[in-house]
Amino acid sequence: MIAVENLSKRYGETTVVDGVSLTVERHSITAIVGTSGSGKSTLLRMINRLVEPTSGRVLIDGRDTRAEPAYLLRRRIGYVIQGHGLFPHRTVAENIATVPRLLGWNERRIGARVRELLEVFALDPATYAGALPHQLSGGQQQRVGVARALAAEPLVLLMDEPFGALDPIIRAKAQDDLLDIQRRFGTTVVLVTHDMDEAFRLGSKVAVMSGGRLLQCDRPAVLLTRPADPFVSRLTGLADRAMRLLSLVTAGEAALPGASDGPAVAPTTSLREVLSELVWSGADSARVIDVDGTVRGRLTVAAILARGRP
Amino acid sequence: MSGAQLRAVRVSGASLTRVDPLGAVLVAAGAAALLFLPFVVFKSNRIVPGDPRSLIQVLPAWGAFGCAALLAMSALAALWVTDARVRLMLALAGIAAVALAAAAAGDALTPPGDRIVRIAPGGAFWVLMVCLGLFATDATTRLKPGPAVRVLFLAASLALAGVALAHGTFDHLSVMREYAVNAERFAREARQHLKLAFGSLAAAALIGLPLGVLCHRAPRLRPAVLTTLNVIQTIPAIALFGILMAPLGALAAAVPLADRLGIRGIGAAPAVVALFLYSLLPIVANTVAGLKRVSRAAVEAAHGMGMTSWQVLTKVELVLALPVILTGVRVVLVQNIGMVTVAALIGGGGLGAFVFQGIGQTAIDLVLLGAIPIVTLAFSAALTLDALVEVLDRVKA
Amino acid sequence: MPRAATVVRLAALALLVAFLTKPQSFAPLFAPLTQYGAPPIYDQGNLLQLALAQLGTVCLAAAASSLVAVGLGILVTRPSGAQFLPLSRTLVNIGQTFPPVAVLAVAVPLVGFGEKPTLIALFAYGLLPIFENTLVGLRTCPPAVLEAASGMGMSARQRLLSVELPLATPLILEGIRLSLVINVGTATIGSTVAAKGLGEVIIAGLLSSNTAFILQGGLLTGLMAILLYDGLAALERRLLRPVTLD
Ligand SMILES: Nc1ncnc2c1ncn2[C@@H]1O[C@H](COP(=O)(O)OP(=O)(O)O)[C@@H](O)[C@H]1O
Ligand SMILES: [Mg+2]
Repeated sequence: MIAVENLSKRYGETTVVDGVSLTVERHSITAIVGTSGSGKSTLLRMINRLVEPTSGRVLIDGRDTRAEPAYLLRRRIGYVIQGHGLFPHRTVAENIATVPRLLGWNERRIGARVRELLEVFALDPATYAGALPHQLSGGQQQRVGVARALAAEPLVLLMDEPFGALDPIIRAKAQDDLLDIQRRFGTTVVLVTHDMDEAFRLGSKVAVMSGGRLLQCDRPAVLLTRPADPFVSRLTGLADRAMRLLSLVTAGEAALPGASDGPAVAPTTSLREVLSELVWSGADSARVIDVDGTVRGRLTVAAILARGRP
Repeated sequence: MSGAQLRAVRVSGASLTRVDPLGAVLVAAGAAALLFLPFVVFKSNRIVPGDPRSLIQVLPAWGAFGCAALLAMSALAALWVTDARVRLMLALAGIAAVALAAAAAGDALTPPGDRIVRIAPGGAFWVLMVCLGLFATDATTRLKPGPAVRVLFLAASLALAGVALAHGTFDHLSVMREYAVNAERFAREARQHLKLAFGSLAAAALIGLPLGVLCHRAPRLRPAVLTTLNVIQTIPAIALFGILMAPLGALAAAVPLADRLGIRGIGAAPAVVALFLYSLLPIVANTVAGLKRVSRAAVEAAHGMGMTSWQVLTKVELVLALPVILTGVRVVLVQNIGMVTVAALIGGGGLGAFVFQGIGQTAIDLVLLGAIPIVTLAFSAALTLDALVEVLDRVKA
Repeated sequence: MPRAATVVRLAALALLVAFLTKPQSFAPLFAPLTQYGAPPIYDQGNLLQLALAQLGTVCLAAAASSLVAVGLGILVTRPSGAQFLPLSRTLVNIGQTFPPVAVLAVAVPLVGFGEKPTLIALFAYGLLPIFENTLVGLRTCPPAVLEAASGMGMSARQRLLSVELPLATPLILEGIRLSLVINVGTATIGSTVAAKGLGEVIIAGLLSSNTAFILQGGLLTGLMAILLYDGLAALERRLLRPVTLD
C-alpha cells in the first residue's frame, strides 16, 4: 500500500503540488489525470523521490520512503516514462537486466528473468535479446521499457504517460498487456495519463488533479455520478458521461434473468457496446451468453439506459 | 519582525555569505599574481632578461592607490555582486585600469628621450588581464547580448584601443617600441596578411560554392570530393606550403607570364594556393549541409510555382542555406587568419613575419607585435560573422 | 569495398615504415628534385627518431589534454558545476579563434625553446575540440534516457559511468582524433622553436631551398596524420561495436 500524506512541492514561489493526500491499495491500478501542468508528474516523481518533496511524506507498506537513500528506494520501484528511455547503447537483454545488475543478482538468475520477461511480452528471445533498441518498432520499444521496469520484481510500478507516444491500435494492445501483467504479477500500479479513456479503462481508482491539488480520488463510477468539483465533471466530459458510465459496467454484471431473441453478447462486453449493438440491429434486448454457451440472462434497452444514470 | 521582513533579511544575508565561485577563483589568482609576480619588467635593452618591478614600485602613490582601489572594486563585484551589468562594468573598468597602469609604468620608468630601455608588461599584468577578461566574458555571457550589441561593443572597444594607441598612451611599452621601429613594415605586413587571408577565402568561395552545389545535386560525387578535401586538411600547413613551392616554381620557370604575375615558388603564391585548398572543405561541406537542410516542401513549392531550376537554386535553396554556408565562411576566415602566419616561413609575408623573426631573435616583443594583431583579427572576424549568421538565422525563423 | 580500404591502409602504413627505416632506398625518387648535387634524403638526423619524437610529443600532449578536457567537460555538466557551463562554452568559442602558431609563439617566452613550448601549445590547442565534443556528447544524451537511469536507481556516479560517458564516447573520441591531427600539423611548426620532429626536415628544406626535403618532411607528416586519424577511427569502430549477451 502506498500512503501519500499531505505532500507538497514548491519551486521558489510557485506551488506545483499542494497538500496531496492519497492512498493506493495494494495490487490495484490508480490513474492520475489532470490538465497538462497540473502537477501529475511531479506527484508521481515524489513517490520514487526523483523529486524531493518540500513537505509531507510518502509511506510504502508503512515505511517512510526517506528511510533509505533514494537510489536504493528506486531499485525497488519500477518506473516507466513516455518515450521509453531505453539505453540506446545496450541490447534489449542488457536494458532489461539493468536493475537486477544494480541489485547484484547472479548471472543465472538475471538470464532466466530476462528470458521470462521477453516471453511474457511476446518478444522472441532468440531474435530480440541481442537487438539494439533502435532496431525495434515503437510498440516493441515500449514493451521492453515496461519489461525493464518489472525486471527486479518490484511491488510498485510508476508509469508516466507510458503509452503517450503510441498510435491508437498499439496503445489499446499495450493497455490490455498492462492489465494482464498487473494481474499476473500483482503489481501495484500508479499511472499518469492525460487520456480520460485510458484512465477509466485501466484505473480501479482515478485521481483528478488541478493546479497542484487533488480534487478527487475514487472509483471511476463515483467520479461520474458524484463529482466532488465542477472541474471533475468537466474533465470527465459532461456530454458523454452517460456513455462513460455504461462503459464501466459489463453485460455479465448487469444481466437480468429472462429470455431474449435479440443478438448474443459475451458477459465481458461493456454495456456501452451492448447498447451500440442494439441500436445497430434494431432489437430491444440482447442475450448474454458465456463462451461455453450458458445463457446468463438478458439485457433490455430500458435496463441498460437505467444503468447510465446516477 | 514580521515573517516577510525576516525572510528579506535572510535573503540578503544569504547573498552576502554566498561567494561567487568563479569570482573567488579569479580574485585569488589575480591577488596572488599581484603579490608574487612582477607587474612590469624593466630591461636595459631589447634582448637581455629584465628586472621585475611590482605595481607599487612603478606608479606614483596616487596612481597605485587609484588602480588598487579600482581593482579592489572589481574583486568585490566578482565575489558578491550578482547583477551582470555591474559585473561587466567593473570588469571593464579593471581592464582599463590595468592597461593604463602599465602605460603609466612605461612612462615613469623610461628615462626621458631614451630609446633603448624596454618596459615590458610582466606576469602580474598578463594574469590580471586574463582574470579580468574571463570576468568580463562571464558577465557578457550572463547578459546574453544580441548580435547587434555584440558587434557594436566590439567596434567600440577597437575604436577605444585605436584612439589610445594613436594618442601614444602606450608608446613607452616594449611592444609599441618594437612597433615604432617597424611602423612602415607593420602596415605592409598587415595589409599582406589581410590580402592573403581574404584572397584565398574569395577564391575558395568562388570555387567551393559551385562545387558544393554540384555535390548536393550529384550525391555520388559527394564522398569522393569530401574525402579528398578531408585528406588535404590533414597535411600540415608548413608542409603543404613547401610542397606547392616545387610545382609553382617550375611553372614560373616554364611560363614567363606566370612569373610576371607573381606566381613563383617562393612568396605569396604557394601560400594562397595552400590556404585556398584548406578553405575548400568547410565551404563545400557547409554548402552541402545547408542545401540538405532546405525543406523539400519549399523546393517543391518553388518548382510548382513555375520557377526554373536556376531560379529555385538562387532564389530559394541558396537563400535558405545561407546561414549554414556563412558558418563555413566564418570557419575558413578564422582558420586562414591564423594559418597565414605560417606563410611567413616561405617568404609569403604577413604578420607571421614578426612572429618568426621574434622567435629567431628571442625577442618576445616582436613576437607579440605579430601575435596580438593576429589574435585580434581572428577574434573580430569570428565575432562579426557569428553575429551575421545569427541575424540571418533570426530573419529566416 | 572495405577490403580495398584495408589494402590502401596497409600500403600507406608500409610506405611510412619503409621510408622511416630505409630512407636511402627512396633517394632515386627524390633526386630529380634537388639541384647542384644536394642530398635527396634528409641527412642531418635520423628520420625514424624524428618521427617517433614528434609522435611522442603529440601523444603526450593529446593524453594530457584529453584527461583535462574530459574531466572539465564532466565537471561543468554536473549540477555542482553547472554555473560554469555558459562561460566554458564561450571560452571554447573564443579559444578556437586563437591560431595554434600564436599559442606556440606566446609559449616560447614563458618556458624557453625546445619541446616544452610545443607541448604547451599542443596541450592548450588540443583541449578545445575534446572539451567541446565532451560537452556536446554529455549534453545531448536523451533526457528520457537519463530520467530512466535515475528512475531505476542508478547513483549519479553509476549514471555517469554506465550511461552518459558510453553515450558520449563516440563524440569524445572524435574530438581526440581531431585534436591529434591538428597537433601533428602544429608539431611541425614546433620545429621553428627547436622541438624535435619532422618539421626539422621541412625547415631544413626551406632554408636550403631543397624541395626534396620539404616534400619528404611534408609527405611523412601527412601520412602520419592520416594513418593516425584513420587508425583511431578503426579502433573506435571496433571498441564501440555493440556487444551482445550470447
Ligand atoms: N524543476 C522544476 N522547476 C520549476 N518548475 C517546475 C519544475 N518541474 C515542474 N515544474 C512546473 O510544475 C508544474 C507541474 O509540472 P508537471 O508535474 O510536470 O505537470 P504535468 O505532469 O501534470 O503536466 C508545471 O507548471 C511545471 O512548469
Ligand atoms: Mg507530465
